[in-house]
Amino acid sequence: MSAHEDWRRVRAIVWKDLTTEGRSKAGFNSVAALGVTILVLFGFALGPDAQALRDAAAGALWLAVLFAGVLAFNRSYQVELESGALEPLLLYPGARWTIFVGKLFANLIFVGLMLVIVTLVGIVLFQVTIPPSWPKLIAVLALGTIGLVSLGTFYAAMASRSRAREVLLPLLLFPMLVPVLLAAMQASKVLLNGDMMHEAGAWMSMLMAYDVIFVVAPLLAFEHVIEV
Amino acid sequence: MTQSVDTNPDLPKPGYWPWYGIFCFLFLIGSQASGLLLSVPDRDMGHLQKIMYVHVPAAWIMSLTFVVVLYYSFRYLWKQQENDDLVAASAAEVGAAFCGLTLVLGMIWGKPTWGVWWTWDARLTSTLVLFLIMVSYLALRAFIDDPHRRAQWSAAVGILGAINVPIVYMSVKWWRTLHQVQSMPSTVDPMYVINLRLNAFAFLFLMIYFIRRRYEAARFERAAELAVQAAALGRR
Repeated sequence: MSAHEDWRRVRAIVWKDLTTEGRSKAGFNSVAALGVTILVLFGFALGPDAQALRDAAAGALWLAVLFAGVLAFNRSYQVELESGALEPLLLYPGARWTIFVGKLFANLIFVGLMLVIVTLVGIVLFQVTIPPSWPKLIAVLALGTIGLVSLGTFYAAMASRSRAREVLLPLLLFPMLVPVLLAAMQASKVLLNGDMMHEAGAWMSMLMAYDVIFVVAPLLAFEHVIEV
Repeated sequence: MTQSVDTNPDLPKPGYWPWYGIFCFLFLIGSQASGLLLSVPDRDMGHLQKIMYVHVPAAWIMSLTFVVVLYYSFRYLWKQQENDDLVAASAAEVGAAFCGLTLVLGMIWGKPTWGVWWTWDARLTSTLVLFLIMVSYLALRAFIDDPHRRAQWSAAVGILGAINVPIVYMSVKWWRTLHQVQSMPSTVDPMYVINLRLNAFAFLFLMIYFIRRRYEAARFERAAELAVQAAALGRR
């Protein structure tokens, strides 16, 4: 199977997942609404004090994306499982890893769009002043999302096909995501505060290393997980 | 034909393991007694320091069980032998127990020394995250019924979890650090070294014994499952 064929398979999966989502929009709308709701609840928990809100904005944003994202990951297999479409998908010729990459891209777009909405709402609600180094902030958001979505897509392939998937996915995923969440939260936080100590670079390298490892490792392991 | 437990050649035999178990516990009692009675109390911490003889070996052994899980998970994916999966699962259970023990003993030591039960220090936090990863591995196993699927998936989760161990540690270390340099024979006074080594061996023997017994139990459980299936299919 040539690289060109593999790439076509990946594109087909992305197109299929996004079209299913785009035709109903119910999934995206409810997940984005949940993300915003979680932000509002964090606002209540942290109180109306503007400075306290600003300090906690980065952490609240990432947790809102994480909690809402978990629902997206299970959904991406759920639709197929309910209509019995996963088996035929596996029967198609070609490498299995393309299914993972396709779902990874589809989920990246899904969670990325949700992240945009949640971030914009977060900036307003938490009274965040946008720092001059905002391009770096966008890079941090992108890097954090890649780590989150890659592991989420991988673990959902198992959790969505087990009993008790609602509890199993967060239980598996959250402890594994501790490094990416820590790095993303710290990088966002120092960038919002102006990055006086130049710490953001170290956290961003950490994020990048994490992303490389946790895109490659699930890619290699996916074949073993999806075939049974 | 139905085979009784005694005659089924596939099932593990106790052999000398019960004797080994007795040896383990006697050795543990001896090494603990030596640590508590023979070694001199620390100048600053007094008898409190003696928690080291259980806390530090428990932490070492916990790390070792991670290596065992990693090794047998890879081996399972490579050779597809169910027994490897059962060893990995047994090691993960024993590891979770030692990890919990490390955390609790650390807290008991931390309260009088640092004044708090818990602090968000690198080593503590990453050990707690490891504990959660091990618990999630065991939860995954509990929620899957098909043995092949369970073995395949838990091998993948075990390997990814083990890869994450150094990353979790690094990230939390950058985040904050307070824990004293870990106790190794080279960082403590030579008079404590013998007791630390003795207790480390006691825990190592105990770990092997626990994993072996848990593995035997897992094999019997699987044999019972297969027997129930065979009976349901009408085979005698």
